[in-house]
Amino acid sequence: MAAERGTPAEALVGQVVLPGDLLLLPAHYDEDAEGERLRLSGGAAPQGRLLCGPGLRRSGAGLLVTTCGLLRHRPGGGGAYWVDSQQKRYVPVKGDHVIGIVTAKAGDVFRLDVGGSEPASLSYLAFEGATKRNRPNVQVGDLIYGQFVVANKDMEPEMVCIDSSGKSSGMGIIGQDGFLFKVSLGLIRKLLAPKCEIIQELSQLYPFELVIGMNGRIWVKAKTVQQTLIIVNILEACEYMTAEQRKQALAKLSGN
Amino acid sequence: FMQRGLDSQTKKQLEEEEKKIINEEHWYLDVPDLKEKESCIIEERSFLRCEDLVYGRMSFKGFNPEIEKLMIQMNSKCKEEEIEEDDKMEADVSDEEMARRYETLVGTIGKKFLRKRDQRVLKDDEEEDDEVAEGNNTRPSKRAKKMFLKPQD
Repeated sequence: MAAERGTPAEALVGQVVLPGDLLLLPAHYDEDAEGERLRLSGGAAPQGRLLCGPGLRRSGAGLLVTTCGLLRHRPGGGGAYWVDSQQKRYVPVKGDHVIGIVTAKAGDVFRLDVGGSEPASLSYLAFEGATKRNRPNVQVGDLIYGQFVVANKDMEPEMVCIDSSGKSSGMGIIGQDGFLFKVSLGLIRKLLAPKCEIIQELSQLYPFELVIGMNGRIWVKAKTVQQTLIIVNILEACEYMTAEQRKQALAKLSGN
Repeated sequence: FMQRGLDSQTKKQLEEEEKKIINEEHWYLDVPDLKEKESCIIEERSFLRCEDLVYGRMSFKGFNPEIEKLMIQMNSKCKEEEIEEDDKMEADVSDEEMARRYETLVGTIGKKFLRKRDQRVLKDDEEEDDEVAEGNNTRPSKRAKKMFLKPQD
């Protein structure tokens, strides 16, 4: 096998990368002592560690690309590189907030379907204020918003509905009514970006409530069924509409 | 108590002897330690750390007030610099009102915890303040009441 020459990572930011590409990192991430000397002398060396995000793997001198997509870079906080790819199938990742559907109760543990390869488990003690006598009122078919505490390829994923300080902070059983639907993971990330235009424009329309799970599931609830369905249709169509088309559609709706 | 000291000393001696025995028997590698390379690269499989995503639960136009409060809380955790500026703005009661209330509060609640004698003194003090303008006649009589009167033989 011919050895591939890597290209510097900075040159490919914002461009399409394919699995197997090797990205070289600047000298100050080298693990040798020479790298340290360079770090000390170079004033512009970023402090902290480089984050190698989803789609990239550490390999020897640089990063190896494992999924096809666009290479993204974030300079703040030590720098981060990741591959922005489109996916519909979710792979459980530790720390992600997801919406799960309760499929079974097995003794002290609930089985949730999160859209991954295995059902996740959720203990009944993992809710805020739950004790052995004070059990949460969870039935089969309920929707639950929680985060993964264990999620790797060797073990069954486990979820909890409290954070590290014991507070629920919005997690737990999602209430009655509302509509659950599935979108691609790329749209979810777009919607959860800090200043998302889609969400800002939608929030001007009617009062509604929205829960976005990183596993591609969105739950919407508005005052009437019609409003709920309108929001659902807009969110589903957003993936393929340009900004102008979206604004036209919203203008028609607010006019009505 | 000297006995306990002795016991700990003997324990230490025993431990040292055990360690010596173990060290002689232990197998160890003659190879020099490989330097652990401190990697400067962290592998992360979650998009959350890369992209600064917002919290997933949202509510708009007052549909669910608890979640709207939560949104402000969660999103302000990310932007901690703004919190310090906003604390003063977000106080429900202004500083002036707080000062005014404290003046009246401290007096009223302080009275609650005084013993009976001190309460009477307080009342007298307040009445004295009011009556200073009118005259000082009432003072000596009240004071006289409190003092112990020796029974006249």
